[in-house]
Amino acid sequence: MNRPIRVMSIVCLVLFTALLIGVNYIQFVEADTLNAKNGNRRVIDEEFARERGPILVGDRPIAESVPVDDQWKFQRRYPEAKLYADITGYFSYTFGRSGLEQSQNDILSGSDNRLFVNRVVDLIGSNQPRGGSVSVTINRRAQRAAAEGIENLPGNAKGAVVALDPSTGAILAMTGSPTYNPNLLASHNLDEVSKAWKRLDADKDKPMLNRSTQQILPPGSTFKIVTAAAAMEKLNLNPDSVVKGGRGLTAPGFGSYVLRNQGGGNCGGPRITLTQALEVSCNVTFGDLAMKVGQDDMERQSDAFGFGARDLDQLPMSPSQFSSDPDVELEAPQLAQSGIGQFEVAATPLQMAMATGAIANGGALMKPYLVSTVRSPDLKTIETAKPEKIRDAVSSRTATGLSQMLVDVVENGTGGSAAIPGIEVGGKTGTAQSTADRPPYAWFISFAPADDPKVAVAVVVESSSTGRDDISGGRLAGPIARSVMQAVLDR
Amino acid sequence: MSNPATTPAVVHRKRRGAEALLIALALVIVIFAFCAVGLGARGKIPGFVAGLAVLLVVIAVATHLVVRFVAPYADPVLVPLVVALNGLGIAMIYRLDLARLDSLGDEAKQFAGKQVMWTAMGLALFVAVLLIVRDHRKLQAYTYTFGLAALVLLILPLLPVIGTQINGARIWIRVGGFSLQPGEFAKICLAIFFAGYLVVKRDALALAGRRFMGIDFPRGRDLGPILAAWVVSLGVLILQRDLGSSLLFFGLFVVMLYVATERPGWLVVGMSLFLGGALFAATTFSHVQSRVDAWLSPFPVTDGTFQLTQGLYGMAWGGLLGRGLGEGNPYLTPFAYSDFIFASFAEELGLAGAMAILLMYGLIVERGLRIALLCRDAFGKLLATGLAVSFALQVFVVIGGVTRIIPLTGLTTPFMSYGGSSILANWAIIALLLRISDQSRRPPPEAAPMQMDDATQVVKL
Repeated sequence: MNRPIRVMSIVCLVLFTALLIGVNYIQFVEADTLNAKNGNRRVIDEEFARERGPILVGDRPIAESVPVDDQWKFQRRYPEAKLYADITGYFSYTFGRSGLEQSQNDILSGSDNRLFVNRVVDLIGSNQPRGGSVSVTINRRAQRAAAEGIENLPGNAKGAVVALDPSTGAILAMTGSPTYNPNLLASHNLDEVSKAWKRLDADKDKPMLNRSTQQILPPGSTFKIVTAAAAMEKLNLNPDSVVKGGRGLTAPGFGSYVLRNQGGGNCGGPRITLTQALEVSCNVTFGDLAMKVGQDDMERQSDAFGFGARDLDQLPMSPSQFSSDPDVELEAPQLAQSGIGQFEVAATPLQMAMATGAIANGGALMKPYLVSTVRSPDLKTIETAKPEKIRDAVSSRTATGLSQMLVDVVENGTGGSAAIPGIEVGGKTGTAQSTADRPPYAWFISFAPADDPKVAVAVVVESSSTGRDDISGGRLAGPIARSVMQAVLDR
Repeated sequence: MSNPATTPAVVHRKRRGAEALLIALALVIVIFAFCAVGLGARGKIPGFVAGLAVLLVVIAVATHLVVRFVAPYADPVLVPLVVALNGLGIAMIYRLDLARLDSLGDEAKQFAGKQVMWTAMGLALFVAVLLIVRDHRKLQAYTYTFGLAALVLLILPLLPVIGTQINGARIWIRVGGFSLQPGEFAKICLAIFFAGYLVVKRDALALAGRRFMGIDFPRGRDLGPILAAWVVSLGVLILQRDLGSSLLFFGLFVVMLYVATERPGWLVVGMSLFLGGALFAATTFSHVQSRVDAWLSPFPVTDGTFQLTQGLYGMAWGGLLGRGLGEGNPYLTPFAYSDFIFASFAEELGLAGAMAILLMYGLIVERGLRIALLCRDAFGKLLATGLAVSFALQVFVVIGGVTRIIPLTGLTTPFMSYGGSSILANWAIIALLLRISDQSRRPPPEAAPMQMDDATQVVKL
């Protein structure tokens, strides 16, 4: 009977080896993942009892931990809660973290490996571990201008504003409305936190959504900069090239459908220059160009500007899209509509700001970022953001041409509301149809100064009580873009 | 080498001194554990530690003396291992008592004191088994008595009045103020029954029979009684919704059949039957289904996966070196003091401590199988293998459930989990193993001196 007993001892060895692998997997391989899970009370309790580092704009905190006299010892506070909610996110005992509180959690909580030395020192000195601080790239004045711009819109407006530095990708302003007060979720009164969460979660306006990065909407005519770029690259057009104008666009495959211009105009004649077309935002021209460029190259140009990707890794970001499925061939009218930012084209304000920034920046698309410096608890700089080029979205020749035309749009065309005296501003309006039963979206993208761009802005206004006919990008969104640009440039 | 009959190849030493030293080491570990718990959870060494140390030393000396005189050749490693595991278990239960005291105040249930009492009774049972069973081979005479006892013990919880259902499983009986899990004792009775029966029938089972699809199947009349006992015990367990024990009993049955007949085919048949049964149970019984679901996808955390995920969080929180005894939050996991005590240790002692505990369990199994190998009689071999493998299976099922290697089923972690039946039964198992090992390591009795001038000699084989 000895042979089967030896076999059984091998079987037992296998069983125990499995157990050893199991505990090693959980406690070594998977430990970090498990510790990072939302709702892990051990980690939350520990973190709540820790002095979490601040999130700073300049030298002022937009999130900080202050000592309190309860079991967790520190209370997270958001001094300008609503203004920065989209950026900070919340830090909640019950509901976990979001925004920078989530993506920068390792630094803020002090568990980042780069703080290892600090942790050891704390351990030896038996000090409570502290978190490091995170400085963001936000320009305080621009942020305020953006938020006030949306707040001051008539009625119950929803919208978002993103501004960034075209040459670096640093985000200068990011705000949306309606937003929420993260202090309500960071409270130590867990009953109130639950109530606040329920209310916010049930709100049909989705106040906890970061409208700048998470919500994709049809960009309307602002997308014409992408169509124009594709046409200039692929069809070798320049601002003075003559393109199709006129009252309406019909084509083989359109059937009885006619693509018309906003307000039924004729764009100034059947044959106009590309500059003119952009100036009056001629639908016929860009519908026609999109078809000439073709779906594949339109898709490729959109992706070159950052569509389809999540380039900002510090906040949750929805990828923008040219079509819902690149493998499905669009019908002729659909492709024409896509060329003017309708049909399935959808973009976040951040995406449109990035595209605008790339044009202003000589064609180079910069990786957007929010965190400028990361410091240890003893204020030693651990990391400073380095601007990073993603790719050249267009050639510098195309970029220069486009940027000239956009300046023209502000000086002579639909973008007049963004003009700043004494400074050359480039911009483009957009009024996107959504569904028939709701008001259109008003868009505005712009950059300034045109010769040495310091700021690129995208503004979207989702709805307001303004009458349907009065809604246009120029009227609602343009002034907001102007005040944000002014805030950055005035300094 | 002139006369192999009088010079056995291996003469085992008693090694009682080594055992005493190892027990002392185990006690030091346990006492340090209590000090660490006090320091971690309360900032001071508990006042009772000195008294506890004296008590432990007295008990340890008594245990050692009993073994020295009643089973002098017994394996010297088993008792120290068990003392360490049992003592650490009590320290952790005490640590969780303190946490409960903090959150619930004076009304909180306290378990450590009871566990000490159960341990004392377990030791008493250990001594009693060693004293009563002077030769394990005598147990073979009571094969069917033990078989019947196993069945009675299994059925007890299903009876009205004394049987009670706790947390969904009807595996408890309540006698006086105490509740017991008869299944823990049924395990031992069943192992003795299987061993006794298979020793008698092994030849018939292995040789007589029909060949079907390449496997030799034994005759029905040889397999009948054991199959019946097994089917009834499994049926009862299914009625009691005790998944862990079903698995354990099935494994015990298959392994002992294989060891007795030396036919690997039994392992194959057993494995396929088990997989089929498991698949059937997982798709048919809702309580099994929910366990499997929780095992496959514990996240996001729901009511059904809460315990498992809290255990996982705890182990992850422990990391490589642990939070330190008394300094983690094992109390966040439901049943941290019983089913999930391994996760509690993994949290406070870390991966290092968890692996040390696993190695201690592994050593117990290894010593048990070594006893089986050394044993000279088939009954003892079978019994020792059965006990050792069932111990290994139990450890694997419960810790495998906690570490998400297999679906979670309710079983106690031997010697560590809170629970009287488990402590008592496992100490009895250790006593049986020691008894078998004492028998097998003891030098064979001297043959009567041969009288060379008397040429005739009757040799009886």
